[in-house]
Amino acid sequence: MLPSTFDYVAPTSLDEAVQALAAGAGDAKIMAGGQSLLPMMKLRLASPGMIIDLNGIAGLDTLEESDGMLRIGALVRHADLENSDLVRDRYPIIHDAAQHVADPLIRNRGTFCGSLAHGDPAGDWATVATTLGAELHAVGPNGAVVHSAHDFQTSMFETQLGMDQILVEARIPAPKAGQGSAYLKIERKVGDYAAAAVGVMIVLDGTTVTEASIGLTNVGPLTINATDAAASLVGKSIDDAAALEEAGRLAAEISEPSSDLRGPEEYKRDLVRVLTKRALRTAGARAQGKEA
Amino acid sequence: MSAPTVSTVDGAIGQSPKRVEDDRFIRGKGNYVDDVQLPGMLFMAIYRSPFAHATINSIDTSRAEAMPGVVACVTGDLLAQHGLAWMPTLAGDTQAVLATDKVRFQGQEVVCVIAKTAAQAEDALEGIDVDYDPLPVITDPKKALDADAPIIRSDLEGKTDNHIFTWESGDADATDRVFADADIVVKLDTLYPRIHPAPMETCGAVADYNKATGKMTIYLTSQAPHAHRTLFALVAGLPEQKIRIISPDVGGGFGNKVPIYPGYVVATAASLLIGKPVKWIESRTENLMSTGFARDYHMEGEIAATKDGKMLAVRANVLADHGAFNAQAQPSKWPAGFFNIATGSYDFQAAHCKVDGVYTNKAPGGIAYRCSFRVTEAAYLIERLVENLALQTGIDAAELRRKNFIQPDQFPYKSPMGWEYDSGDYEKALDIALDLVGYDELRKEQEEKRAKGEIMGIGFSSFTEIVGAGMSKICDIAGLAMIDSAELRIHPTGKGVLKLGVQSQGQGHETTFAQIVANELGIPYTDIAVEHGDTDHTPYGLGTYASRSTPTGGAATAIVARKLREKARQIAAHLLECAPDDLEFDSGTFSVKGSPEKSKTIQECIFGAYQSDLPDDMEKGFEDVTYYDAPEMTYPFGTYICVVDVDKGTGQVKVRKFVAVDDCGTRINPMIVDGQIHGGLTQGFGTAMMELISFDEDGNCFGGNFMDYLIPTAVESPDWTLGECTTPSPHHPFGAKGVGESPTVGSPQAFVNAVVDALHPYGITNIDMPLSSHKVWKVLRDNGVSDE
Repeated sequence: MLPSTFDYVAPTSLDEAVQALAAGAGDAKIMAGGQSLLPMMKLRLASPGMIIDLNGIAGLDTLEESDGMLRIGALVRHADLENSDLVRDRYPIIHDAAQHVADPLIRNRGTFCGSLAHGDPAGDWATVATTLGAELHAVGPNGAVVHSAHDFQTSMFETQLGMDQILVEARIPAPKAGQGSAYLKIERKVGDYAAAAVGVMIVLDGTTVTEASIGLTNVGPLTINATDAAASLVGKSIDDAAALEEAGRLAAEISEPSSDLRGPEEYKRDLVRVLTKRALRTAGARAQGKEA
Repeated sequence: MSAPTVSTVDGAIGQSPKRVEDDRFIRGKGNYVDDVQLPGMLFMAIYRSPFAHATINSIDTSRAEAMPGVVACVTGDLLAQHGLAWMPTLAGDTQAVLATDKVRFQGQEVVCVIAKTAAQAEDALEGIDVDYDPLPVITDPKKALDADAPIIRSDLEGKTDNHIFTWESGDADATDRVFADADIVVKLDTLYPRIHPAPMETCGAVADYNKATGKMTIYLTSQAPHAHRTLFALVAGLPEQKIRIISPDVGGGFGNKVPIYPGYVVATAASLLIGKPVKWIESRTENLMSTGFARDYHMEGEIAATKDGKMLAVRANVLADHGAFNAQAQPSKWPAGFFNIATGSYDFQAAHCKVDGVYTNKAPGGIAYRCSFRVTEAAYLIERLVENLALQTGIDAAELRRKNFIQPDQFPYKSPMGWEYDSGDYEKALDIALDLVGYDELRKEQEEKRAKGEIMGIGFSSFTEIVGAGMSKICDIAGLAMIDSAELRIHPTGKGVLKLGVQSQGQGHETTFAQIVANELGIPYTDIAVEHGDTDHTPYGLGTYASRSTPTGGAATAIVARKLREKARQIAAHLLECAPDDLEFDSGTFSVKGSPEKSKTIQECIFGAYQSDLPDDMEKGFEDVTYYDAPEMTYPFGTYICVVDVDKGTGQVKVRKFVAVDDCGTRINPMIVDGQIHGGLTQGFGTAMMELISFDEDGNCFGGNFMDYLIPTAVESPDWTLGECTTPSPHHPFGAKGVGESPTVGSPQAFVNAVVDALHPYGITNIDMPLSSHKVWKVLRDNGVSDE
């Protein structure tokens, strides 16, 4: 349970970090919280030659809403999101998910952006970022680059982030009037990956859904953006049980879970159906100010 | 004596002082094996088999030997030159220290690398090249006895199958006769799955051979340092006086640290050969994959009863999966431990059980995980059967138990499988539990909920334990009688040291054993230092497991203190110029009957023992030692009730309430007892809900880290509601019975019974552990239960 030998650098500016990453030439890894990276190194599933630690760089811990966007910097920890009044009051899906990422100890170190860059379809934050339509701001040797959360993951543990790029901030559109959101996760115990998890965001006009977005966690090789399920809700009442059931059915249909110790494929698919309905009900209640 | 004479001295029995050992633990100042740092110390890492069953064609260590810092690579062939390639197990089998002929389970030890740093040793594992020919694998014990099954133990001369033993208890014919005539027979086919004790501290050793003195000091994660010293002497041929085992602070044992593991042996051999200290600390994965697992009992049980619910007979057939070597830790004459306690708390006419042990291509073990030798499996089977009888007959689960309990006036009670229960009042524990849980209200609520399509369940466990081994006439390990010891030495100022043969792994012995002395001698408990775990400085004992420390070492402590109290009485009589019989003793003071102003404190008497003016025939000094051989086992018991709610959408089981009423006889420190029960219930909860070591068909182990092997944290653990009653053991010096394992033995079936009770309307009579959400979900969907 000891990692292979590696070099360690702790730059104090983003420029230095970008240079170090370029110098590492594909054998360097960026570390923010180390939540996934360090266990993989200890298990020798990853043996990077160099670790570039972002923790000494000032200004990466921004968590604020400005210019109509929630800004989550590369060093914002899960616990920061869990404990933020701004997040709890305006981004309930993030508040929900933050309470289920890893375990309470890990949440003090692990980061939102690190989770996205890791590219794991079991990651809760990728679903949240997809559901909320996040912009992912990175820097590389050629300056700033913006990726969309929707197509950020390209395959398991692979993302659009270039080998020479560092993800520095996620930006999430501030909620519209009538918006509600929720995240529901079934895990065997704290710290487990989801057997299945569902994130939803809806915008209501009265009780009518005008916009909807649904993301699915760990039920396929990539984080799933369940567009058909979401589209089926538009124009329907959030109180229409049949509409919710149909959205759940469509979400289950697009999921591609595999059987493992968390349960057989058909169980996970049914969880998606059930959780989608429940999350929509919760988001609907929140959109109407009926539930915190 | 049935109940203790309670003293008012500080820390006497029944008081709950905080644990003295926690001062160092909460400051991070504990001293564990991995904290041991010695000059020139080398580090060992183990290369393990990726295959579950494969012939070894060749082992090439040359690449590893050329890697930075590597001092030596130890193979089985090298060990064989010293007669150490194989070692005896506690169960009388042999086990490969390092594989020579073939590997028999995934994770088996093949090569040890010794290097200057731990990281260099681990790096060099990548330089070990082993050429294997994979062999057919057996992971299902039911297939182990097939005629065409590959023979796993081809090393055993003449071995033609994978059968290890057959063990029977009770009267098969008498039992069968009762069954033949019974109104009702309830049957259960269940697996108590393979789980792991997973102590927080993994296993490890630092072996330090001194070439000049010939002394081998081994710092060891050991629950039984004295027994381990003897076994090292027998296995390695070292003279026993030249072996010193030091088991410092131990971070949880739960039976996992009873066996001797290959890593201990190779580290010791390496230190002997190299002449430098060698440290080996296993990783979490190594601990989970290769060290002693628990349970893995495939059980078929039946109860015969009258139609009005009088239970008449019980019988059981068990297939026990022992893995690749029979390395279970049981008393030598008990290959299935005390599984024949399976009549539980009930008065049966007849009983019989038969257990067959088999080899499979899995890690060896079958250790007593927080368990007195298979009593966990036995208690599970009988309580699951009784619950199913209740469901089958429609008799209330509590009333069915009440109707069949052994009654208080039947003790000492001889069970049909031969045990003599010391004492019990099962109905009392049941009634307290029913009251605490609010039983009648719950059943009403359940009825209302069922009418609305909601699912809740109530599960019982009225278990009886057998602990305190104990009884040298029937219990030994490797020929060593299962006695235990205490040596008490009080210094002239009235403060002293108690040395024990038992060994704490977190139980709080440094507090509770001092309290026993406080109670007997009237010396404040803080004036007694408790020492254990160093074989050069403590008397012989068989160690701590199976809830035996208080029944054996605790008894020895009380007896040695009483011997010294009598010496003090003689001294007091001498000083007060009266007859010893004229003195009364209370809370540390001897006073003359009728003249309380004439008195001597125990401290004055102890000081007197070191002065010149003593009775003529009395030796100076104030110390003694006692070796205690228990006359009988002790039989703690209790009733646990679990209330669950089931989510129809997800299959999740939520434990709403859990009531645990324990009767462990006299409680030394009630706070520590409560802590023991909380811990054991949480482990029982883990067993019932999530813990599992499983294998695929190729013998690949699932459960080699805490992402896969799930143990509960504070987040998911339920709240525990505790109750108690006290039925002292009649044969223990102060009436204690032992408690550590009661909650792990007693609780898993309460969770399962609650879920079976919840799902019984859907025709369910069994769900095997762990109670995964997807299993419950399948029952619901198969029965057309919608999520709404």
